[in-house]
Amino acid sequence: MTARREIDLHSGVETTGHEWDGITELNKPLPRWWLYVFYSTIVWAFAYWVAYPAWPMISGYTKGMLGYSERSRVTESLAAARAARSQFNEAIAKASLKEIEADPKLLEFAIAGGKAAFANNCAGCHGRGAQGSAGYPNLNDDNWIWGGTLEAIHQTIYYGARNGSDQARMSQMPRFGAGNMLTPAQINDTAEYVRSLSKLPHDAAAAERGNAIFHGDGGCASCHGEEGKGNQEVGAPNLTANIWLYGGSKETIVTTITNGRGGVMPAWAERLDAETIKKLTVYVHSLGGGQ
Amino acid sequence: MSSTPPTASISLTVAPGNAKRSAGEGDTPEPTALYAKREPVYPKLVHGEFRRIKWAIMIVALGIYYGLPWLRWDRGPSVPDQAVLLDFEHQRLFFLSLDIWAQEFYFVTAILILSALALFLVTAVAGRVWCGYACPQTVWTDLMIAVERLWQGDRNARIRLAKAPWSFDTVWRTTGTHVSWLVIAFFTGGALVFYFRDAPTLLSEFWNFSAPAIAYIFLAVFTASTYLLGGLAREQVCIYMCPWPRIQGAMFDAESLLISYRGYRGEPRGPHKKGDSWEGRGDCIDCKQCVVVCPTGIDIRNGPQLECIQCALCIDACDEIMGKIGRPKKLIAYDTFRNLDAASHGDRAPLRLIRPRTMLYAGAFLLVLSITLFGLSRKTILDVNIVPDRNPLFVQLADGSIRNGYTLRIINKRHEARACDISVSGIPGASLRILGAGTPQNLTEIKPDEVRSIKVYVTVPKLSADQIAASSALAFTIRDRGDGTLAARQTNFRGPER
Repeated sequence: MTARREIDLHSGVETTGHEWDGITELNKPLPRWWLYVFYSTIVWAFAYWVAYPAWPMISGYTKGMLGYSERSRVTESLAAARAARSQFNEAIAKASLKEIEADPKLLEFAIAGGKAAFANNCAGCHGRGAQGSAGYPNLNDDNWIWGGTLEAIHQTIYYGARNGSDQARMSQMPRFGAGNMLTPAQINDTAEYVRSLSKLPHDAAAAERGNAIFHGDGGCASCHGEEGKGNQEVGAPNLTANIWLYGGSKETIVTTITNGRGGVMPAWAERLDAETIKKLTVYVHSLGGGQ
Repeated sequence: MSSTPPTASISLTVAPGNAKRSAGEGDTPEPTALYAKREPVYPKLVHGEFRRIKWAIMIVALGIYYGLPWLRWDRGPSVPDQAVLLDFEHQRLFFLSLDIWAQEFYFVTAILILSALALFLVTAVAGRVWCGYACPQTVWTDLMIAVERLWQGDRNARIRLAKAPWSFDTVWRTTGTHVSWLVIAFFTGGALVFYFRDAPTLLSEFWNFSAPAIAYIFLAVFTASTYLLGGLAREQVCIYMCPWPRIQGAMFDAESLLISYRGYRGEPRGPHKKGDSWEGRGDCIDCKQCVVVCPTGIDIRNGPQLECIQCALCIDACDEIMGKIGRPKKLIAYDTFRNLDAASHGDRAPLRLIRPRTMLYAGAFLLVLSITLFGLSRKTILDVNIVPDRNPLFVQLADGSIRNGYTLRIINKRHEARACDISVSGIPGASLRILGAGTPQNLTEIKPDEVRSIKVYVTVPKLSADQIAASSALAFTIRDRGDGTLAARQTNFRGPER
């Protein structure tokens, strides 16, 4: 600042003495308290650095004297949420599956919890919406392999299928192509017959021959039933619903008969607690196909 | 100065520089510092028509502010009975018979837009009417000054007190002033929290320290800010903190009625002895009464200024003097730049209320108002939103029928429970199942003021499903069993591509 007062000729107001390309700045002094407010914000910043986590270091960061941490806040709120859920979880543990479904509050809680557990554990195979894919059943429909009642679903989730344990759901679709149980021509005829059961386009003459194999030498009817409607006792799929676990094309059916099938599902009792399995059961049952 | 429109140059009385803020006329060689000490303002009490209007507005405004939370409004047993309540817990704004839900917050936006447009219109017509009469900063500052006057006396006594050395007299007067300010500030902050929680409940909670922490925090914040802004900072808020004076400069023009010193009548000013002739001189006797009553400490005779909140107290002060010396009143008055200019040439310019600017603001106001009223008239009290399942889009069942899942969000804005029938239409044979519902299957109970989410499955039998497109229109209808209120929404039913 120059030592002399400079007055703007146009307005008659004193200037700050600063000039840029002939433009001068009028001096309209700010109140001093404004300046003090500015200083106090600077002081505040320093106090903040001391009190709160602030500066990144080479490893870690300055922690601050108040011990504040976002992570511990999250941990606290998670614990609080868990505590809030605990009374529902206790109720779930005590209630039977039917009782859970009959109580709107428990049902809502079980479906919400089941949905979250499904997304974490089941969606990898069965899909985000439980819509399934080749080899992994769609859980939305009413076409159940091992049964769609609450108890049946619970047992399937609890013990799994074909995972080697004694209680697991167990059945074996034989490899009809091995050891000449059926010749390729017979397999072809049987596949035509299976397609006819779901009213898909097929060769009528071949299907007629396949009918004889299905109910005769092949022994298919012993598991899949006289009418091909399947048998949930032994996990034999219904062949008449045009809902296919591995696909309904001629080639796929031929492959299935030739090589057999045997999908595996883990026993979730080993990985999840009993309440979670109950919630999963109720959730899967609520998806629309529950019986 | 941003509030000075280009036409200000016609106001011939603008003195070079601002008498208060310039360094003065002395030839001190030292430049003024960039920061200045605040010049305390000691407004003198004035009597007159505008002072009476301001007292009345202050009483009404403060009465509404402190009293409104205590007004009751019967809405039935399940909802709060406070007439005006911003209920964060239930996400509602209750305003008399109007309930605004969180998802209808656009109504509040509309009210804010309407307020802004009304402010623009008033400003275009008569300048800073809001600042001068109704702004909380003005009202509370006025109240604080009145209290200060009770303890310390009028202007001259206050100036003396400020300069006097510490004594018993100065201490009790100053202490009394600040304690009174703090009490007012405490009740101001106290009244505010009542707008957010049932007032009688909160009051009893408050004294046994069971009120929510946020209530105490807000009470403290508003007590502190009322004391600080209304008691201590006063005109500094209007001059340095508030953005509105800067914005308003763009809203008035040469046709706006602004508080103006009629220089054509007043100049040349000068002291006048009783009995002297008024020939060849102006009516202004330079008594500075307009200056001493000004709450922002400016001289209105310097022309329009950013600091002027247009509170009209200088009009009252000048009128009183004009009455005493027997000259016509309204040497300071609400007047337009155009009329001041015309009058300086012995002419008159009539007031033009109807001009593009006011018509634009009024038109925008009416447009927003009619949209808002239309919206309010269409406000539903039973509504349903439909969220179709996306994953899977549809499910084929064993018998060939097709099923879709939907989440219905039924909103009951009535303060009584409803029993509703849900039905679907649009696709022959479509049947409905509600997840978790008892029998009868399609009856749903919705509690008062509730948004109820229900999961429903719609199944279309194979015969019908084979005939409809991959995406067909489906309508849900919610019907109240009691009063027959309907809510209906269209959605789509998905099936396989054929």
